[in-house]
Amino acid sequence: MATLDMAGSVPAQPQQQWLRYLIVGGLCLAGFYSAFVLYTVDQPLFGVLLIALAVGFAIIFGTRRFYATRFIFPGLAAILIFIAFPVVYTVYLGFTNYSSFNLLTYERAIEVLQSNKTIDKSTEQPFLVAAEGDAYRIYLPDAGLISGPVSLESPESAALEPISGEPDNLLAARDAVRLRSGLQSLDLVLPDGGILKNSGLRTFAAVTPEYIRIDEDHLERTADGMILTANHETGFFVTEDGEQVPPGWRVNVGWKNYQRIFASEGVRAPMVAIFIWTVIFALLSVSLTFAVGLALATILQWPHLKGKPVYRILLILPYAVPSFISILVFKGLFNQNFGEINLILEALFGIRPEWFTNGFLARTMIVIVNVWLGYPYMMLLSMGFLQAVPEDHKKAAALEGASALRVFFTITLPQIIPPFLPLLIAAFAFNFNNLVLILLLTRGGPDIPGTVIPAGETDILGSFTYRISFMDSGQQFGLAGAITFLIFLVVGAIAYANFVAMRRVANRGKQL
Amino acid sequence: MIVENPRELLVKKIFAHGFLIVFIALIMFPFLMVVSISLREGNFTIGSLWPDNPTLEHWVLAFGFDYTRADGTVISPPYPVMLWMWNSVKIGLIAAAGVVALSTISAYAFARIRFPGRAALLDGLFLIQMFPTTLTLVALFAIFDALGEISPVIGIDSHVSLILVYLSGITMHIWTIKGYFDSVDPALDKAAQIDGATPWQTFRYIFLPLAVPIVAVVFVLVFIATINDYPVASVLIRAEENMTLAVGSRLYLNEFKYLWGDFAAAAILSGLPITVVFLIAQRYLVSGLSEGAVKG
Repeated sequence: MATLDMAGSVPAQPQQQWLRYLIVGGLCLAGFYSAFVLYTVDQPLFGVLLIALAVGFAIIFGTRRFYATRFIFPGLAAILIFIAFPVVYTVYLGFTNYSSFNLLTYERAIEVLQSNKTIDKSTEQPFLVAAEGDAYRIYLPDAGLISGPVSLESPESAALEPISGEPDNLLAARDAVRLRSGLQSLDLVLPDGGILKNSGLRTFAAVTPEYIRIDEDHLERTADGMILTANHETGFFVTEDGEQVPPGWRVNVGWKNYQRIFASEGVRAPMVAIFIWTVIFALLSVSLTFAVGLALATILQWPHLKGKPVYRILLILPYAVPSFISILVFKGLFNQNFGEINLILEALFGIRPEWFTNGFLARTMIVIVNVWLGYPYMMLLSMGFLQAVPEDHKKAAALEGASALRVFFTITLPQIIPPFLPLLIAAFAFNFNNLVLILLLTRGGPDIPGTVIPAGETDILGSFTYRISFMDSGQQFGLAGAITFLIFLVVGAIAYANFVAMRRVANRGKQL
Repeated sequence: MIVENPRELLVKKIFAHGFLIVFIALIMFPFLMVVSISLREGNFTIGSLWPDNPTLEHWVLAFGFDYTRADGTVISPPYPVMLWMWNSVKIGLIAAAGVVALSTISAYAFARIRFPGRAALLDGLFLIQMFPTTLTLVALFAIFDALGEISPVIGIDSHVSLILVYLSGITMHIWTIKGYFDSVDPALDKAAQIDGATPWQTFRYIFLPLAVPIVAVVFVLVFIATINDYPVASVLIRAEENMTLAVGSRLYLNEFKYLWGDFAAAAILSGLPITVVFLIAQRYLVSGLSEGAVKG
């Protein structure tokens, strides 16, 4: 970077100029090559993106005209590729049937089907490999046949001819295994024209593909001559009886995922429950952490209190410990059978609450843990904002005979809420998608009974989509994409609210 | 404050200290428990809250050594904690350095270089930073699955991929650093300009040295956020030896292989250094946090 930009400074030396062109050119070539690879594996969209990136890079760093843009290009590229593009791509996936059943592209699905082979057991026979200089001959002792010399380096075929007695230089079985990849792409042609293929570690047999491609959209099943037709709406090959043959491929399904969300009772009911819980969870988390944090900050701000630094350090400890560790510690402490919390509760009150199997208790636990994790942040922020409240306002109110509580609620609180608002909204947005907490503590459980897709009482929308995509229910990426789009709408609204609140704070700052 | 009745004040003081002490005792409970658990025999908790026969078994295992019990049985460490920690620290440091570099340069451009569409871009950045990376996991998975075809280095189960994703965390920090640069006296860069400095030189020799405190804050913030990430790492990382601490630690509390004692020792061992870094940095963090957030 440094050399690139220094080279762009006004009196550019020809040598540096050269270096710049060399680096820019090299990186662009790498980009183009990568794009080509992506194209060959049927990912033209990513390829196009890479080309756009490479061209943009070349224009901005190769010419001097866009000098200013060089400073933001790296940052902007990172944001576009790893936030903006994934957001758009997620929305796009919401309109496809991308899932573990429809994981591949069309061409790859056909390749997989064609690579399915049936082995004719009656023709299966052991083989031996005879070395002959650099080449090899395959010897089939049962049939008394030997092949012509083959190199075993690329796909090839060799005719078999009768031989009496064993050939010389037979390889040991261990050495023959090393030639496996070459053997697998070898066709042996029998004198009658039949073809034998490598069918196992030590055997050759007549192997027939299960499916033969007839034309663009049709396959023939060799076992019964059934014609399979590609259905580009469902992304599966179907037989004449309407039976689907896996694996399927990715196709656009339009609004089908959204129909599932809104029309299928088994999906909609848990979705609504989860949405409501997500909002409640985020609201509770923000308001409770705010209340606890502000209360502690107010006490710590009291001039008569001694030992503040010690209290302060101890109080922010939950914020300082990596949260994934704290969450897992709580997971263990709350364990129903051998957790310390139930041990104590049983000793004191004789109860063993079911923290992980009772929905209400699980939710309570999550809120408790989240308040524990989150109040120090609010406390630290409150301490900053409290200092900005003028002392004489409070004194004046106290002189008028207002109680400490009244002073707090009528003088202090109204003054700190406006600057606090954007941070509270951001905290709400953070908790709305607080995946780490849910995934590490409960994984969404306990499950809501009677749903089509696994949904838990403590699942928030984000963890729900995580489960749909990466956990127990068949990697339904398409459905997850559709739900994520709905989350985007909510997050977008929150982001806008935050934007407005922020503007207000900024304007107020300008007026003062 | 105002004249207060000394006795009333004393009552208030006792009340305040009492409340704080009880509260802190509650807050500290998990920490004390974990220390106790890490010294306890075996991996189950049947027994007292304080270890009867303290043992260093879990600690020896956490450091990655075999432990020989009194009866001669040798226990091997269940998971490579130190390796996970190294992975986490490595990824955290590289990601933090990357984010700092990208966001400082971008922030400088947004604060000082006039170019068309600057205001709109800034607003766009602000809106886009609200969209967490964790929401786009499906897309990220699909993208890296495809990129893996070019080279496994940028595919699934690669640290490079993970770091690339973490680089997207720059949006918020561009804002934080830009707020800081905005408060730099414009006379400084005017002077540099008159002396013939290019924008790059102004950045390199004037803004970068000034930005050291805020850059340190951002570095620590990103480092901690990266180490704490679970969702992205859990999707992109598969092999046990590639795992980060956040992904790996969860394995200890598997329902079928519940290693509570081993987890406790590993948790303290890995959590302590990060906690200390945070406590040292926290004074600067707080001012950085609220300033960056409020300045628009």
